[in-house]
Amino acid sequence: MNPLLEREKGLLELERRIEDLRAASEGKGVDMSAEIASLESKYRQLLAELFGSLTPWEKVHMARHPRRPTALDYIAGFDAFDELHGDRMFRDDPAIVGGFARLGGHAIVAIGQQRGRDMKENLARNFGMSTPEGYRKGERLAELAERFNLPLVTFVDTKGADPGILSEEHAQSEAIARSLEVFAGLKVPTLCVVIGEGGSGGALALAIADRVLMLEHSVYSVASPEGCAAILWGDASKADEAAAHLKLTAGDLRGFGIVDEVIPEPLGGAHRDPAATVTRVLDRVGALLDVLETYSLRDLLDARYEKYRHLGSWRDAVAGSDGAT
Amino acid sequence: MPMADWLRGGRNRDKVRDDAAQWVKCPSCGEVLYRPDLSANLDVCARCSHHFRMRAHDRILSLVDGDFEEIARGVLPADPLAWTDKKSYPQKLAADAEKSGMDEAVLCGFARIGGFEVALGVMDFHFRGGTMGSVVGERLTRLIEAATERGVPCTIFTASGGARMEEGMLALMQMAKTTAAVLRLKASGQPLIIVLTDPTTGGVSASFAFQGDVIIAERNAMIGFAGRRVIEQTIRQRLPDRFQTAEFLLERGHIDAVVERANLKPTLERLLGYARAGLQRRKRAELSA
Repeated sequence: MNPLLEREKGLLELERRIEDLRAASEGKGVDMSAEIASLESKYRQLLAELFGSLTPWEKVHMARHPRRPTALDYIAGFDAFDELHGDRMFRDDPAIVGGFARLGGHAIVAIGQQRGRDMKENLARNFGMSTPEGYRKGERLAELAERFNLPLVTFVDTKGADPGILSEEHAQSEAIARSLEVFAGLKVPTLCVVIGEGGSGGALALAIADRVLMLEHSVYSVASPEGCAAILWGDASKADEAAAHLKLTAGDLRGFGIVDEVIPEPLGGAHRDPAATVTRVLDRVGALLDVLETYSLRDLLDARYEKYRHLGSWRDAVAGSDGAT
Repeated sequence: MPMADWLRGGRNRDKVRDDAAQWVKCPSCGEVLYRPDLSANLDVCARCSHHFRMRAHDRILSLVDGDFEEIARGVLPADPLAWTDKKSYPQKLAADAEKSGMDEAVLCGFARIGGFEVALGVMDFHFRGGTMGSVVGERLTRLIEAATERGVPCTIFTASGGARMEEGMLALMQMAKTTAAVLRLKASGQPLIIVLTDPTTGGVSASFAFQGDVIIAERNAMIGFAGRRVIEQTIRQRLPDRFQTAEFLLERGHIDAVVERANLKPTLERLLGYARAGLQRRKRAELSA
């Protein structure tokens, strides 16, 4: 179970008591505003205590919180959405959702990685881990955006690409490799928001974009902390240690130039006020689409190339200086 | 430095050993092989044809006509995450350099194969498991960009466990960086020819390795996205032995051909010949237009 759920119990208890007092004071006409204010102050104090500063491993749990808004919650915030299905070859992967959408003045194509919000939906959506069919659906929709000359917006939220037998048999590597090519060369403005967990190549497959945004408590890493611990130390239970090493927080990645902008979350995480979070993210997406629309296609593609071209860190023995980033 | 010197230097560094180390047991058939004989046979077991993992220097020597003009030699690893677990990342790098004679997991440069000029990148599993960090990404990107600029085909031999954990997200971003360079190479009309060697997985298989216009694999190479252990842990059962072998991928339609090591050079020469023929056709069309 997500350890944050346990930690939030005190908060939920206070929420319930405040609610009870409000109901009681309204019903009986007794003024309990002093008691309510005192509880509210206690609530804010506890919230700050619990969530004021999160370790990287705690952020991983925040990113995986079962009530954290998912891609479909952001999509529901669009002014219109027409879902499109399938990879035209084999299957419709429910771990990827996408279609045409309207956001303010923009007609766009949107693609999201969709994990489940409960166990039943998680099983249906394979915990948000895409199969090759999902990536091929994403590629198809990205190319559709280009065909319709519409900007593309993606929502990234996955532990990683599906590591199953069928996915290997259906060429998971090829599906991701081709998705990278499609996104790197797409001849329309592209924008990506990491809304939850960005796990490895399975996330990157939808995350090459002109602007990459990241919610404050989302994480994005070269491998899941569990995967990293298993690879390096043969022990997935050392995931907390791996999380501390991996530099996977939004702030870290902003520092590396991998993420362009960090979108703040309500204290205690996006799930404490999902509606406000969705509005804040979509407002920012709309504003940045306005900005991207001012670039010529040539400038857009050149800037996209240059952005990725300079990512990395190395020593240059010949020039005697350090490399980019 | 003349090519032969540094190449042979790199190769010989780990070959100066005591007599006992001159003998190797074939992991496939158990035959005991004399190392100089094994080297002369392109690191292939003379008895059962088991393909040993090849060192990048040996690979290059086995392919090129004459010189190998190395590029991006000065690009060397940094420690952007200040990573330390049992050892620090710089200590791990130093240990692998000592053991492998490589300063990173890839060698890049220009050479001729069968008379055809080619940009050649060769990964080496003996350095950090061939993992891709900033240096591998940067050297390969420079290679692909230089191939685009010079107007020559690019051939990359892959051998990699995927993205390098110790460089975190900067390692993952090398997938995006190399992809962008591959797109420009292809747009320029030059082909990317990939040779998958044992093993090729993770972030390398899911980027330039499977972006090749032509993808061939060495016999019995292990190739996949997820590692075998990860899949077995996920599904809680043992995978069949053939799963993720080059032959398995050929059957499933993922790759163009499986080639014995001895046939790689002639195969590459023929492929480069087709690429040259297409290029000449284009030039003729441009002239007559």
